Amino acid sequence: MVETLQNLMFGFGLALSPSVLMYAFVGCLVGTLVGVLPGVGPLAGISLLLPVTFGLDPTSAIVLLGGIYYGAMYGGSTTSILMRIPGEAASVMTCIDGYEMTLKGRAGPALAIAAVGSFVAGTLSIVALMFLAPPLAEFALRFGPPEMFALLVLGLLVLAYMSSGSMAKSLTMAALGLLLGMVGIDTMSAFFRFHYGVVELGDGIGVVPVAVGLFGISEILLSAGQDNKVVIRTPRLRELLPDRTEWRQSAAPIYRGTVLGFLIGIIPGPGHVISSFVSYSVERRLSKHPEHFGHGAIEGVAGPESANNSATTGAFVPMLALGLPSGAVPAIMLAALMIHGIAPGPMLIKEHPELFWGVIASMYVGNVVLLILNLPFVGLFVNVLRIPYGYLYPAILVFATIGVYSVNNSVVDVWIMAGAGLAGYVLRKLNFDLAPIILGLVLAPMLELSFRQSLAMSAGDYTIFATRPITAVMLLVALTLLLVGMRPNLTRMLKWWVPGRLEPAASGERKEHP
Amino acid sequence: MRELTVDRVAGILFTAFSLLVLWESHKIPFGTMAEPGPGALPVLLAFILLACSVAVFLGGRVGERLADVRWTEWRHAVAILGTCSFMALALERLGYRLTTLIALLVLVSIVERKGWLAGVVFATSFSLGTHYLFNTVLRVHLPQGPFGI
Repeated sequence: MVETLQNLMFGFGLALSPSVLMYAFVGCLVGTLVGVLPGVGPLAGISLLLPVTFGLDPTSAIVLLGGIYYGAMYGGSTTSILMRIPGEAASVMTCIDGYEMTLKGRAGPALAIAAVGSFVAGTLSIVALMFLAPPLAEFALRFGPPEMFALLVLGLLVLAYMSSGSMAKSLTMAALGLLLGMVGIDTMSAFFRFHYGVVELGDGIGVVPVAVGLFGISEILLSAGQDNKVVIRTPRLRELLPDRTEWRQSAAPIYRGTVLGFLIGIIPGPGHVISSFVSYSVERRLSKHPEHFGHGAIEGVAGPESANNSATTGAFVPMLALGLPSGAVPAIMLAALMIHGIAPGPMLIKEHPELFWGVIASMYVGNVVLLILNLPFVGLFVNVLRIPYGYLYPAILVFATIGVYSVNNSVVDVWIMAGAGLAGYVLRKLNFDLAPIILGLVLAPMLELSFRQSLAMSAGDYTIFATRPITAVMLLVALTLLLVGMRPNLTRMLKWWVPGRLEPAASGERKEHP
Repeated sequence: MRELTVDRVAGILFTAFSLLVLWESHKIPFGTMAEPGPGALPVLLAFILLACSVAVFLGGRVGERLADVRWTEWRHAVAILGTCSFMALALERLGYRLTTLIALLVLVSIVERKGWLAGVVFATSFSLGTHYLFNTVLRVHLPQGPFGI
């Protein structure tokens, strides 16, 4: 403990040096500006600025990229809240209640809670990272393909179970998302699936075009024709911040989101996406007023925002301690380290303590910088909504197109965005929840790979999913959730098949019940 | 004639989609149960989607009727989707600036009826301004049109 604190002081000495502090500030600023642009998320921002870091020392490079990552995550929530356009998959859940709060004139509190929740989650998770990185990394090592498969199945079923609507409808959307994820080249056999001659689909259907289309474009289609969706008057300072009730309602979701996000973020995989979905579902189940979710519940912003920020820190555990990136962004950071001749892994702390502790300390600093930078901007962002909607939505459409096109420089992505927009419009009219589609799309490649790898490990023996303890427990929980959630449907089907209890539904003789 | 509910229609649509996926999947090697091939999981997921669609259909006996769903904004929606399609078609042929200018002009002046002057000013300044911000400052590659426009 004493040694850890001494190391931390050493790290702060580095992080608070003027040059490193400057890179943290620049990273957060650039990250926020990039993240605010609809469709342009942290991955795009970090990729664009990676070459800039080549001339820097490793600590400054990682501090700069880390600042961009945090800043872009926060910036992505801004567009989610103000315009219902997620910057990336992790911001999808924030769209739901954050945007509803905007429609009710509470955009300022939503943005403020997102900033504060992210700060608290980021700070607490950094403390956890500091003390728990080595043992947690050991735990993450025990996760093989069967455990990964079970975790992903459990994640999908948790989301479906905790949805407010019918579980069958949520599972339908999740299955649809998983099927969309099957498009493209199969990683194990290189077979090109469902491409229909479009070469660009080789890498599959991207998450960004689908997310922007399903949420952002569908919102524009539904709202078209209204001049001002949100009545905005010049907000007073206290109206930009949450009131006492909202602070009280947000406290527990922030802490729960922090814990959930960190634990899920440690596990290699799309932790920051899963954590935001799970956090939203947990908050809805625990709330005394679950009917408020989807209509501007502040818990629906506080929980997911804290969870995805905490998972972002948790993702550094496998990256720094094991050299295992848990997603695209940590992979780029890993690349940046390797370009500078540093090999992350179990020896990093011993061989490059200045890098490890410098990064930890700069995360603290970055969180503070982000809060200081973004809280004053809340008023500015809210005033964007005063632009007449007839001008605002064409601008949003153009930004979304740029963001989506810039991912792969491909117009196929723009077509996918338009198609997803149409699908989202129709599905929302039919009262379907769109979030499971995104989760399914993100998880599909990992789900398939882990499933097939598991069978390769066991030479085709399916009992591998029952004999490994962690896998078996997670699958059992998943099965329980499925049966409990589908109970109304199963009961209905059983009643039909029991002779004489009810007339068959297809019969024209069925009497109308009041 | 029984009124169709929203869930019943959705159940039918997704059932049809899952059957289509099953049909298309027969072209992909299934492999074996011990060694699933690239076609195995699409087939499994299509069956799961089929089961869920049937469950949605069966559970849709009561609920909102399709006839009660309002599509009042459909004209605007068609115009916006048409503009999106135009942008996808024209982006790499006409270049970003010209494509955006035309798209914004159509949306602001024609669809939203803000007037031609407002439309031209808004479309021109926005397309040029965003091109400068993204292409020059942020170095996001945006396609150029004929004659470098």
